Amino acid sequence: MTMRRIILLALLMSCLGKAYAGVLPDDRSDMLYHRYEGGGVLIDGPSVLVRKQIGKSTSFVGNYYVDHVSSASIDVVTTASPYKEERTQWSLGMDYLRGNTTMSVGYTNSDESDYEANTYNFSVSQDMFGALTTLTLSYALGDDVVGKSDDPTFERDLDKQAYGVGLTQIITKNLIATLNFTTMTDEGYLNNPYRSVRYFDSGSALGYSYEAELYPNTRTSNAVGLRARYFLPYRAAIEGEYRFFTDTWDIDSHTVSLTYVHPWRDFTFTGKVRYHDQTGAHFYSDLFPRAEATNFRGRDKELSELTSTTVTLKASYEFLNDADGWGFIKRGSVTAAADFLMVDYDEFSDLRAGAPIGEEPLYELDANVYQVFISFWY
Amino acid sequence: MEKRFLTIGRILLPLLVVAGLSGCSNVEPWVKPYERDRLADPIMALDGDPVSSSYLLHVYESREGARGGEGAAGGGCGCN
Repeated sequence: MTMRRIILLALLMSCLGKAYAGVLPDDRSDMLYHRYEGGGVLIDGPSVLVRKQIGKSTSFVGNYYVDHVSSASIDVVTTASPYKEERTQWSLGMDYLRGNTTMSVGYTNSDESDYEANTYNFSVSQDMFGALTTLTLSYALGDDVVGKSDDPTFERDLDKQAYGVGLTQIITKNLIATLNFTTMTDEGYLNNPYRSVRYFDSGSALGYSYEAELYPNTRTSNAVGLRARYFLPYRAAIEGEYRFFTDTWDIDSHTVSLTYVHPWRDFTFTGKVRYHDQTGAHFYSDLFPRAEATNFRGRDKELSELTSTTVTLKASYEFLNDADGWGFIKRGSVTAAADFLMVDYDEFSDLRAGAPIGEEPLYELDANVYQVFISFWY
Repeated sequence: MEKRFLTIGRILLPLLVVAGLSGCSNVEPWVKPYERDRLADPIMALDGDPVSSSYLLHVYESREGARGGEGAAGGGCGCN
């Protein structure tokens, strides 16, 4: 039966794609500066992306990305010491187009002093029904090593796998939609080796003490996202997006967003509102009743019940277009974007005020994310 | 019961193949290539700025407990 299914799929894919050829992504380069500031954390750095087609059917892409981290976050202030860190990430990828099938392979390496991640990914995309429909199947394998800065002997493995199915559909002359499903499995050391949980301790002056987190060794998650973009009658676009997420740690979330894009002369203005609402992990607690109270325990605020709202403002100016290109460069644009992120944690107390145990205010995070980038198409 | 399903499957599968193949030859795109000028406008790109969107995806994955359903972010943590 398995072989028959493979033959069936192959036959259908070869049939559905006849007469219409796919296209490779545009040749382009982007140089971006990013800056995140909020909650006592400052992260900034560059990201450079270069994509170039070689021959008629192959396109190569490379990306170099750096995070300079300076952290005095609430976790660090309450249980550790401020630190500085640098994370460097580079990736290489290749897309190969044959008829209306695109095969992509890629490799990403991320390196910081106490964490190394290697990710290998592979995907196949098939244009069907006269390129009205694109079906994509993807797989990624992550091979991570978790370290600890104050213990050079500490080394734990973390294996990640991600399976994806995506369907992009032209629905009308003005409407395009995409549906994506992702299943991810993690196996290995999922803790943060520096983070602690707190528990009632009547012997402590504060009324509580800390002990190390202990997470399950596995996590499996499923996410389905639907996005649709519509061309308005007066040359502007509106996009709506919804994602549902669920995992074996009992985190369920709903994420919605609405985007409006409005071009004016050589400018393009974008406004976006995004809202995210999630439940907490089953082993999460802001305050455990005693030491080693449960088999697994965590107080990572990202695993708490929370809501987050983001407002995005973005402006892009096209200083070069096809009519007045510079030699081999056809188009050029410069873009500035600001994202204002507000997170309300429903079960994570702000301990910095020193309020009596049980009366601490809930923590709120306000972060500003800035991006400036210049793009060239050639 | 399982054997019965297998038998039905053996009959249905070739029929599905034939139906699928014959169906393909008649599929006509209901939005013709020359009617896609609006969809080809850069403001309609689903991922017009990939370097920017992958960065923002990483920010969200670091600040929230959910992931996937929208694309792939880079490795590493950077999440404290």
